[in-house]
Amino acid sequence: MKFTVLLLFLLIGVAIAGEIPPDMARAEGGEYVPMFGEISKPRRVAPFLIDRRPVTNSEFLGFVREHPKWRRSNAGKLFVDQGYLSHWAGDLELGETAPPEAPVVRVSWFAARAYLKSQGKRLPREDEWEFAARADATRVDASKDPAYLKRILEWYGKPTPDRLPDVSTMEKDIRGVSGMHGLVWEWVEDFNNQMVTGASRSDSSLDRALFCAGGAVNATNVADYAAFMRYAFRSSLEGNYTTSNLGFRGARDAEPTKPTP
Amino acid sequence: MNGHDDIEKADTGSWSLTHKAMKQTLLLLLIATLVLPLIARGQSTISTPPTPAVESEDVPLEGEEIAVLTDAPNVPPPITRKHPTNVKVELEITEVVKRMADGVDYTFWTFGGSVPGKFIRVRQNDVVDFTLKNHPSSKMPHNIDLHAVTGPGGGAKATFTAPGHQTNFSFKALNPGLFIYHCATAPVGMHIANGMYGLILVEPKEGMAKVDKEFYVVQGDFYTSGKYGEPGLQGFNMEKALEENPDYVVFNGAVGSTTGEKALKASVGETVRLYVGNGGPNLVSSFHVIGEIFDRVYQEGGSRFQENVQTTLVPAGGSTICELKLDTNGDFILVDHSIFRAFNKGALAILNADGEGDLMVFSGQKKDEVYLPEGSAIQTIPNDSKSAAVATNLAERITAGQAIYDRNCAACHMPTGTGVPAAFPPLANSDYLNADVDRAIDTVLNGLQGEVTVNGNKFNSVMPTLGLDDESVANVLTYVYSKWENSGKEVTPEQVAKVRAAKK
Repeated sequence: MKFTVLLLFLLIGVAIAGEIPPDMARAEGGEYVPMFGEISKPRRVAPFLIDRRPVTNSEFLGFVREHPKWRRSNAGKLFVDQGYLSHWAGDLELGETAPPEAPVVRVSWFAARAYLKSQGKRLPREDEWEFAARADATRVDASKDPAYLKRILEWYGKPTPDRLPDVSTMEKDIRGVSGMHGLVWEWVEDFNNQMVTGASRSDSSLDRALFCAGGAVNATNVADYAAFMRYAFRSSLEGNYTTSNLGFRGARDAEPTKPTP
Repeated sequence: MNGHDDIEKADTGSWSLTHKAMKQTLLLLLIATLVLPLIARGQSTISTPPTPAVESEDVPLEGEEIAVLTDAPNVPPPITRKHPTNVKVELEITEVVKRMADGVDYTFWTFGGSVPGKFIRVRQNDVVDFTLKNHPSSKMPHNIDLHAVTGPGGGAKATFTAPGHQTNFSFKALNPGLFIYHCATAPVGMHIANGMYGLILVEPKEGMAKVDKEFYVVQGDFYTSGKYGEPGLQGFNMEKALEENPDYVVFNGAVGSTTGEKALKASVGETVRLYVGNGGPNLVSSFHVIGEIFDRVYQEGGSRFQENVQTTLVPAGGSTICELKLDTNGDFILVDHSIFRAFNKGALAILNADGEGDLMVFSGQKKDEVYLPEGSAIQTIPNDSKSAAVATNLAERITAGQAIYDRNCAACHMPTGTGVPAAFPPLANSDYLNADVDRAIDTVLNGLQGEVTVNGNKFNSVMPTLGLDDESVANVLTYVYSKWENSGKEVTPEQVAKVRAAKK
């Protein structure tokens, strides 16, 4: 416990000093055109730090040990649905279907935020996540490569296995970040920003992005089915939802003036 | 109390949450503005003359029941009640690996565990309480757009469901008919291409004529990473889907889903009703039953029927109801009569009629004996208009030859001599043509049958003899040699006469 707190302060101290903690990678910001929006108006993403891997079961177990409020049997129903950590064997026991090094899933947006807050981190914003997710092993932006899109699409087409693989099995991208694609979906801070609106789809240009042919109206690249699916997935969520393939990773603002790639 | 702290922060600090609450208020307002005028209209129709719309007089809603749902090719039992009721429908979405063809698997996304989804049967003016469950193992959120629903999105928005969740909405089945339902989550094309469709039948309040057998058949096109028949677990291929070039076109979700032991079974003398849907996503079906004529076809699943139909179009995202009486026994083959789909991509199912055959209706083969035709096996095209003018120089010969070419040759060899791959050899830059002038003359004079190799490709078909005179043969060949990077030789009527004489 004390050690963890000490480590925490150390990490925060390091971050403030502008150093990159070993479990995170730095992404230089830049301009990018999101899936939905106007091509003529690319969005600016400020430099940020992002976790190299999604948060694992054992890491999350450590968190609920320290924070009894977030144990499965204690967590408030406003903040987690009934599926919260339901694949764990118990409040403080992982069991068969939750290997320690596999990404933690069945966590709500609220739970993910609480965990990251305890680590001095935050959830990546949708723009940041999408910006980082364009990388492959050799390029910062592989999103125009059909082979890259195809690989992602293949994962989206497969059902979720009962037992998720360890986070260490995933290929690293050029920044040393792994598991953005092909492991689990991930929460973003503003998951309901893009498409969830209360009104009927006919009277809101944002909402037209959701269903049927309307989905193509606002998309910048209608062939980018992979992005369609990510946005559709996020828009199906509420803050207290948990699903068997939705995990998360942390992010943090970065010093704006560091001239590394 | 650390955790409590977190909760409070999360609550009040959440932009998204407050934003969403605001949206929900807006939604309520919107619903109110939509519903109030409807109520007002409902009251006013009592005092005004009846409107000719679908809203016709019916007995009041009564009771409650749970819908019987069936997998293809089975259909739930006919509705016998004479009043509308509250019907509960519960449909579970699962993403499952199943057989597409022998040795070929595919990850289907399903309404109820198989493709097509469960058949839903309700009565006109029923109020349907619809619950959509998305299995926790699903990777995707899903929803349902039922074409039987009157209302925005056909239920798509109301049923948008994350994995491991369920949603509920209700609708009144105003219009009778046979309707497709499908998933409408972005990217819609992919959700449909993975098998997310099925049929919902809304029986008219007058009921439907009794038949002996009812079956459920839905066509769909599939786009796999490998070619047709390539073994193993196949992924979805987006490029092929965009090009609308499927590897599989099948009935009820798999090649051979409805053949052999699993054929549709009925007996001679029985009446059969086929509820036929087409999930698409891309292709329109030319639905036909080989060896049968539909006595009645309710085109596009609507209220009127056409009689004595051979082939009927089933639109993608549409349906048709076909009725037929089995007058004799045997296998009747359901196909998409865009026929390469049936024989090369899987769009084939079998309706087996057992019982005594009626020899008056169909005798079967009575004889098989040798047939000896008179004359050549190669057909002759009669030529009644002999060309009058005689060409005196190369230019005239080419001009005259072009007209002959366009009339006699272009239909197969194409106006620019390209031919048709695997069917008709090219004349443009053709090694076969340029190698031997006498052979070319002989071909035009006498036709050609059997295998030839042209520019490295094999062709095996028949060219008829054309019945052209020497002048015409010379002109058309000279024209062909003058064009499309051919050798530019001039062929004279004398050369033609020589070949003609040698052949006799």
